[in-house]
Amino acid sequence: MKPVGMCRMCLVEVEGVRGFPPACTTPVTDGMVVRTRTDAVEKIQEGVLEFLLINHPLDCPVCDRGGECPLQDQTLAFGPGESRFVEEKRHYEKPIPLSNMILLDRERCIQCARCTRFAEEIAGDPLIDFVSRGDRTQVLNFAEQPFESYFSGNTVQICPVGALLARHYRFKARPWDLATAETSCTTCSVHCRGAVQSSSNRIVRLLGVDLDPVNHGWLCDKGRYGIDWVHADDRVREPHLRVGGELREVSWPEALDAAAGEIRKVLRMHGPGAIAVLGGARGTNEDAYAWARLAKGVIGTDHVDCQMGDGLPAEVVLGVRRAEIDDCDRAGAIVVLGPDPREEVPVLFLRLRRAAKDLGVPLFDCTPVGGSLAPYAAHVARRVPGEPVGADVVELAARTARERGGPLVVVAGRPSVAEAPDATVRSIAAFGALDGVDVRVLSALRRGNVHGALEMGLAPGFLPGRVTLDAGREWFTQRWGGVPAGRGLDADGILRAAAEGRVHVLVLLGADPLLDHPDALLARRALEGVPFVVAVDAFRSESAARADVFLPCTVWGEQNGTVTNLEGRVQRVARRVAPEGTAMDDWRIASELAYRLGADFDLATVDEVTDEIAAVAPAALGATAALVRRARDGVVLPLREHLGEIVVRTRGLSILAEEGAGTSWDPIRAGGAAPAGAPAASGEPAPRTRRRRPVPARTRRRPRTRSSTRTPRASAPPTRPRCTSGTVRQAGPPRPRVTRTLCAS
Amino acid sequence: MSFFTDANLARAREIVARYPSPKSAILPLAHLAQDQHGWLSPEAMEQIAELTGVTPAQVFGTCSFYTMFKLRPCGRLVVSVCTNVSCLVTGGPEILDHLERRYALDPDVTVEEVECIAACGGAPAMQVNYEFHERLTPELAEDVVDAYKRGALAPRTVSGARAGGAA
Amino acid sequence: MSVEERRIVTRRLHERPEDSWTIDGALASGAYRVWREVLRTGDPAAVQEQVRLSGLRGRGGAGFPTAQKWSFLPEGRYPRYLVVNGDEGEPSTFKDRMLVERDPHQLVEGIAIASYAIGCNLAFVYLRGEFALGYERLTQAIADARSHGFLGRDVLGSGFDLDVVVHRGAGAYICGEETALIESLEGERGMPRIRPPFPAVEGLYAKPTVVNNVETLSTLPHIVEMGGEEYAKLGVNRSTGTRIFSVSGHVKRPGNYEVELGVTFRDLVFGLAGGIRDDRAVKFFIPGGASSQWLTGSDEHLDAPLDMDFVQQTYGVMLGSGAVMVFDDTTDPLLVAWRLAKFFAHESCGKCTPCREGTGWIEKVLYRMAHGMGRPEDLDLLFDVGDNISPGVVNAPFTQTTICPLGPSVVSSIASLHRYFRDEVQARVGVSA
Repeated sequence: MKPVGMCRMCLVEVEGVRGFPPACTTPVTDGMVVRTRTDAVEKIQEGVLEFLLINHPLDCPVCDRGGECPLQDQTLAFGPGESRFVEEKRHYEKPIPLSNMILLDRERCIQCARCTRFAEEIAGDPLIDFVSRGDRTQVLNFAEQPFESYFSGNTVQICPVGALLARHYRFKARPWDLATAETSCTTCSVHCRGAVQSSSNRIVRLLGVDLDPVNHGWLCDKGRYGIDWVHADDRVREPHLRVGGELREVSWPEALDAAAGEIRKVLRMHGPGAIAVLGGARGTNEDAYAWARLAKGVIGTDHVDCQMGDGLPAEVVLGVRRAEIDDCDRAGAIVVLGPDPREEVPVLFLRLRRAAKDLGVPLFDCTPVGGSLAPYAAHVARRVPGEPVGADVVELAARTARERGGPLVVVAGRPSVAEAPDATVRSIAAFGALDGVDVRVLSALRRGNVHGALEMGLAPGFLPGRVTLDAGREWFTQRWGGVPAGRGLDADGILRAAAEGRVHVLVLLGADPLLDHPDALLARRALEGVPFVVAVDAFRSESAARADVFLPCTVWGEQNGTVTNLEGRVQRVARRVAPEGTAMDDWRIASELAYRLGADFDLATVDEVTDEIAAVAPAALGATAALVRRARDGVVLPLREHLGEIVVRTRGLSILAEEGAGTSWDPIRAGGAAPAGAPAASGEPAPRTRRRRPVPARTRRRPRTRSSTRTPRASAPPTRPRCTSGTVRQAGPPRPRVTRTLCAS
Repeated sequence: MSFFTDANLARAREIVARYPSPKSAILPLAHLAQDQHGWLSPEAMEQIAELTGVTPAQVFGTCSFYTMFKLRPCGRLVVSVCTNVSCLVTGGPEILDHLERRYALDPDVTVEEVECIAACGGAPAMQVNYEFHERLTPELAEDVVDAYKRGALAPRTVSGARAGGAA
Repeated sequence: MSVEERRIVTRRLHERPEDSWTIDGALASGAYRVWREVLRTGDPAAVQEQVRLSGLRGRGGAGFPTAQKWSFLPEGRYPRYLVVNGDEGEPSTFKDRMLVERDPHQLVEGIAIASYAIGCNLAFVYLRGEFALGYERLTQAIADARSHGFLGRDVLGSGFDLDVVVHRGAGAYICGEETALIESLEGERGMPRIRPPFPAVEGLYAKPTVVNNVETLSTLPHIVEMGGEEYAKLGVNRSTGTRIFSVSGHVKRPGNYEVELGVTFRDLVFGLAGGIRDDRAVKFFIPGGASSQWLTGSDEHLDAPLDMDFVQQTYGVMLGSGAVMVFDDTTDPLLVAWRLAKFFAHESCGKCTPCREGTGWIEKVLYRMAHGMGRPEDLDLLFDVGDNISPGVVNAPFTQTTICPLGPSVVSSIASLHRYFRDEVQARVGVSA
């Protein structure tokens, strides 16, 4: 946001400059001498503070900001001990709604314009503005148009006083009672950095934390306020088993034994091809890995898909050259194929808007129906739904990128689930076929950790670390004891097979095909056709209600682990509250089932899972728990290509704290999540050599998994791109190669 | 539905075209809206927003800064009495007080206290719909307002345009 | 005491009181002659040079040399805009309103000459919204000038294009401040901008922009006609030429008087304005508009010359916008100070904290003091609060904690109370002398 110089708290003396310029609007020049603590400056600063306070209400005890209020802190540090203001203070109705979510207490407002500047400059939703003037100046929305911005919650966070309030959080907690953990939001696949805060073991707030390459401190309202469900009344808190047609609460051993027993039975009678796993995109990488290992290494089925027919083929997502979000800032051109980023990956929209509007990057809006980016697009080329981008647009974008220099970033997802992925895939392929342009793709898939799940092998034909079944067969057979014989079915195929009675156990990892699959009728027939459903979920969704065994799992805020965003950036998510009931982490559930099927994963902690991934998943090699924990911006995979970019240092406000003022200037206080005093990355041994513990090379008792997987009527999408192996060089013993080229159709 | 009449809509488009940036037209369009409607209603602001390519909140923010824009209905005669220093020492506050009492219940007349209206040479002074009246006493001021009320004087619009001609 | 007006800018409106604002009346008294000549000569630099030689300083209040302001325009960057500041709102200033209402063609001619000199093809007049008659006459004048070929495309066959747009304000004193005026002209709230960048570099629509006052531009045709050197012979020291002074308050003949700079306040108040009503004594007067500090009815002050630099350096007051408010010995200085504070509080845009909160605070304290509710410590409180808005306002050099001078202006009356009426005020709030 541009400095506005309104509050005047930062007036300083600059040698050679008359008067007292505000530091915030005065650019630093060579040799400039700035004085911040002369008698004259201190008098003025104290004077301005007094001005801010004269009309400020004395309701700090009931103010949400009390205790974390910059104005309060300033007052404590510099304020007058006594008020000289004996007149009546300004009064307004307290508080008034700006929208359903945001309330405004105008008496507390200090007119800093942070909220109005954010709304206009960052979000592009100038739905609030200053109204009236002088000491009656107030922030308001227009009569009939509430402040309904997808990003409105950021204004509450950046409000330096308790003027803007979140209805969700109002009167919920005192700041000093809050426990904080730094984490990433997994509502969509952008993974904005945040600080999750709890009080009395309840999550009450999520604040944005500035992760420079990703969210710049912002969150969308969906992520920020979509936290209540963690403690929702209808969370399933105990395992359940269907007894006599009814789901009845049972103990964990009973539930796990029942599930494992059925799986074992079906394996024996029908082979691994009769078992399928749907879902897994909402958990951590560790969850996905453990389930991939269970499904593919222990059970031996490749009928595994974390997408619900609403994404892009795994070959594409894992095969393209990925862009980082920062690439947009320096791109030669950006092409958006769909969906509307503001709807599906909101904070990516903020980054795209900034690139196009503020940084002048030409943006090609090639979504079929248009949307939020159109006003900032240099070119709008609507494509017909179901048709790829026209050759002329591809050429124009390529020419633009070549002329300006910088990569051509393609933002590609499914504009709508009514449209087959073919059009997007063919469009990506068209860009991929270009010569002389550095084409990079941001796959704008909806589901929270879908990229992590795909990377961990929760897709037919893939194994953890972006390798195909064939490429990884030898490596993973050695490490897991076995892999499926052939490529399995994707979600469509699994549901179809289930509807035809060929799936005997269906595991739903947080998946709700009845609600989520584009073909609801097929999903219904599938669930009717499966004799045994295992639901690993937190809620009794329509699909999960059909379960024979219900295994309640932990959710975001209750789990430690790592997640991977649409860039391939691995970050930690943190557990802030104890799980509801006896809910268990997915990876542990997988591990328990594996044990019951005769395979000991020997994984005691989530860090051990992370480290196993770092040791066995080719694209994740080296991304150990210790490294991810210390990497300031997370780590982008594959690691070797990004080693130089990992900055390991303390996040936060330590510099200010060292001044000894003991004041907080910034409303964002992530708290003690970041490790202090970690050394810089340079000079450290390459992380991939720092294996913490030997990778378990064999399973204790191998189940019958080597038999060939049945692969009935492989449901290859008509235009599935042919992916060839890439060229990442490997050191040491032969490892499977990372799939790593642009696909050509 | 259009707030502006067809004629005023055409005029509004012509005003927008005068400026290198459409947003510049907010003030003149708000004046035009008041000329037409007697005050600046939310419907007017919505259409101004549409014509100038901004949000209604921005039009509201801009217009609420300026005292000439009446964001609530007001009388057809806006009587602006100056009480700034030159009028202060020559009887402005007495005129204001008198008119406020006299027209407190008159829906036709809105009496307001205003800052210096650059008529100090003829202080105390007031404006009725931005027509100047100078060298007043409370009685003279009342006569002026009454003359407008009964039609002996033809008032401008509440934004100061001659009837039938604006912006 | 027998000083006379020196009518240059006000000549036409006095000579043709019946029709000075019409195109016919204006043409009959020589309007657009200079404009025609300027175009015939075809030398913008020559115009700039004459303005430089004339020593013309802005008539809006700050008194900045006009030629120097023009010279700040970055070379070769177009378009550039001329914006005419017609938002006259400084209390007790009423000269620009007169010039617009009664001699709009003189202004249009000045705009044309200035635009030509600086290379501007689109000029804006930001006219105070309350000037309904002025708006009518100025828009009519521009339409007539256009139909006579003095404006529009290819003016008088010179190849020079010029359009003038009149933009009405809507009631905000702060829009007289040039950056606030530009904001307002862009359809924003009239809140001053942080400088740099200065308008000359990045002004209206982020383009190079010159903002000149109505009187300043109305003077231009005469400077070009007389020649800069000749004009500079009028006046005194660096205050060259004539200025219109708006005299008001307790004088017998309030009004606008155009005089050569250098005559005294006494000449204005007792000569041209006829002295004090009921022949009372002058208690104090405010030279230069509400923002200025005050002077008293002492001989020393009354006999001070109207010389911008002299009064600034000697008494710390401004000639500002040329308003002279005169108050007789019946006047309560606290009441005047309160009313001025009320004005500034009402007109504060609200951007800078010290002004937004400070002007209102001062207004409330002064209200109490003027209405019998003062406390002994109030004057010192006012003084310290004022010092936090405008540090050093009493002991120069004064500075400001705000972007624009509106907030600091409220301190002028406090400083004046303190300097000249301390005992009177203290007695009112219960402090014995």
